[in-house]
Amino acid sequence: MTRTRFLFAALPLVIGLALTVLFYLQLGRDPAILPSALLGKPAPHLALPGLAAGQPGLSDADLRQGRPVLVNVFASWCGACIVEHPLLSELVKDPAVILYGLAWRDRPEATAAFLAEHGNPYRAVGSDPDNRAGIDWGVYGAPETYVIGGDGTILFKWVGALTPAVIADEILPRLKPGAAS
Amino acid sequence: MIAELGQFLLVLAFGVAVLQGTVPLVAAMRRHAGGMALAGSAAVLQFLLVAGAFACLVHAYVTSDFSVANVYHNSHSLKPMLYKITGVWGNHEGSLVLWALMLTLFGAAVALFGGALPASFRARALAVQGLIGSGFLAFMLFTSNPFARLDPAPLEGQGLNPLLQDPGLAFHPPFLYLGYVGVSIAFSFAVAALLEGRVEPSWARWVRPWTLAAWSSLTVGITGGSWWAYYELGWGGFWFWDPVENASLMPWLATTALLHSAIVVEKRDTLKSWTILLAILAFSLSLLGTFLVRSGVLTSVHAFANDPARGLFVLCFLAAVSGGALTLFAWRAPRLAPGGLFAPVSREAGLVLNNLLLATLTATVLLGTLYPLGLDAVTGDKISVGPPFFNATVLPLAGILVLALGIGPLLPWKRGDLAGVLARLKFVAVAAALALLVGLWLAGTGPLLSLIAFAAALFMAGGVLSELAQRARLGSLGPAAAWARLRALPRGAWGMTFAHLGLAVTIVGIAAATGFGEERLLQMKPGDRVSLAGYQLTLEGTSRVAGPNYVADRARFLVPGLPAMEPELRRYDAPPMETNEAAIANRPLGDLYVVVGAAAGGTVAVRAYWKPLALWIWGGGLMMALGGLISLSDRRLRIGAPLRRAALPPATVQS
Repeated sequence: MTRTRFLFAALPLVIGLALTVLFYLQLGRDPAILPSALLGKPAPHLALPGLAAGQPGLSDADLRQGRPVLVNVFASWCGACIVEHPLLSELVKDPAVILYGLAWRDRPEATAAFLAEHGNPYRAVGSDPDNRAGIDWGVYGAPETYVIGGDGTILFKWVGALTPAVIADEILPRLKPGAAS
Repeated sequence: MIAELGQFLLVLAFGVAVLQGTVPLVAAMRRHAGGMALAGSAAVLQFLLVAGAFACLVHAYVTSDFSVANVYHNSHSLKPMLYKITGVWGNHEGSLVLWALMLTLFGAAVALFGGALPASFRARALAVQGLIGSGFLAFMLFTSNPFARLDPAPLEGQGLNPLLQDPGLAFHPPFLYLGYVGVSIAFSFAVAALLEGRVEPSWARWVRPWTLAAWSSLTVGITGGSWWAYYELGWGGFWFWDPVENASLMPWLATTALLHSAIVVEKRDTLKSWTILLAILAFSLSLLGTFLVRSGVLTSVHAFANDPARGLFVLCFLAAVSGGALTLFAWRAPRLAPGGLFAPVSREAGLVLNNLLLATLTATVLLGTLYPLGLDAVTGDKISVGPPFFNATVLPLAGILVLALGIGPLLPWKRGDLAGVLARLKFVAVAAALALLVGLWLAGTGPLLSLIAFAAALFMAGGVLSELAQRARLGSLGPAAAWARLRALPRGAWGMTFAHLGLAVTIVGIAAATGFGEERLLQMKPGDRVSLAGYQLTLEGTSRVAGPNYVADRARFLVPGLPAMEPELRRYDAPPMETNEAAIANRPLGDLYVVVGAAAGGTVAVRAYWKPLALWIWGGGLMMALGGLISLSDRRLRIGAPLRRAALPPATVQS
């Protein structure tokens, strides 16, 4: 009887200690980093039209040029994309950077108006108004940025707006493997 | 200069807190009167020092002293004065100073008004309070100095975060802090009782006013936060099961349980270990909330900037405070004298059921909040636990709680007669069942869950009112004499009635707003009309307006019989962000709620909601808090009358 009493009285302490260990393990991690099931796998098939007739779209060939490229998922309705936009415009001044856009769940006219207003850093934009490519790629939300290897393998995925730190630490080293600082 | 003074006062306060946390503990063990008396003076002194430091920080904000890093990051010379002041606690460092201020305020209040407490108990409780204070002050001094300087001093501040410039956001956190910190008194009293090695009915009487005050503040804070989310975030929702919301809900649930179980300790001298455990858990959950918000372990819209060093400190502090108290509990609780027994149907049993349900609810919310964390640690999978989990688990438990609440207060102490009580409630039960049937008939295949919630709330309110009628002997005495009896009831009884009715009001509000709301999502051109819950909203036009630091797309809707509704989509420059300003028209039967998206090509995306009885949600919350305050004003608590009676043997009681 007294033994059960002691066991019951110690139970909260045991649970508390277990939770403390759990918190300690999680402390250094950034919960904002989302893993992708596609990391290290070939990029899913893409055959998206351009924003208007006669404009280049986005296809598998663009992602298999023998050198790494960036694919940025964006939309005109997405506020964080506006925040991210100046960084992309700055980034493409670097000749080593090839940036493609994937206009996700957005009407082509709206995307074109967005690019006319803010500038167009993309070499080509594929239009995905009904989220077909988005589902194959596992797009979580806009914006998202992928680094695709020269052979079409997904090397890196970033969910949310890019920051200068992410570009310097994660993106550029993967685009220029030799020049990693 | 002033900032250095503030820093100096914090260092002094830390020194005093360490003294307060150690000397009286030893003195209480050795029965040294002088050492025990030190606790009271130290508590008051610590409060004065922290209050001085807080004043220094407010001064830096009011004068826009941007050489102080905290002011530079979080204020701006163009901010209105009100938001300069509320900006003091709108950030990590400043909120810690406010937290410490309230902690020491409570400590000083125990020192000043706790004269009736036994000397050794008071010294021990204040010492625990001092240890908590020294932890917080060390946290501030070592990881989050609010007075750190910048050199050279910038000319202008950075903090014009538009979301934070809002009265709702500015004022709900202080109430939450007051609540979290107030629970620390219950914690200190619990630890002091464990150190003393005994828990008596008088202990529950000492704890009760502090717990009531903390609980009322917490209720106001949660209600205010939910109201802010409703009108400011522009989603039309009032509760999102966000980790930070859960972090405030868990201590609230635990404190609610504590309030009820303390009644059993006070009246029947039983459930003692459990009540002590609840006091420890309630404060641990408050600290857990602090940890989750400030460590970056969970993502949330409310989180402060993430910093692992701070997270580690709070974690160590949490482990020391809760771990220490739980160790003491594991060691001492089995030795507490067991309490009296009671029948399975009795007021005590009702309160035990209340506690079981509230504790299960707390555990459920804790599980839902921490499950993603545990899964990530074990398997690396990222998931989020959202409303589907919480609705499926919390609603049934809350439903049982509401039904039990209608019955419980009618049960007498020691041994009750469930059949008799149910017989007295038969009219209420029949009325609730009829209401449910009529509701089903009217609504057809409408929201069944909401109809059940209405019926449950009706049953509960009926039970609460019959309890009041029974106390007044309305049935046997007639209205006039019953009215006289009602007026003579202790305030505690009125407080309970009020708080319980408030819960019913909140449930009705939630059920109506979620079950019977209407929603329209459409693209509108000027001249277009949308009809919603009998109101005709005509879009007159959109315009671009410039605010002090933003540009807004404003839409103007004309609604016959109402002032024009003008929701805005605001784009701020620094920092760049968009916010929705919803236009809300409060009508007697509900709220019209309109938000707009960006205007493009002559059309604008419009979301219009009809939220029936939405104001009841927060009205009920305020009623609960008011019930707590009414109870707090009870003469018994104010003058501590039962305390003296309990201290003397019954035979010598003089009244």
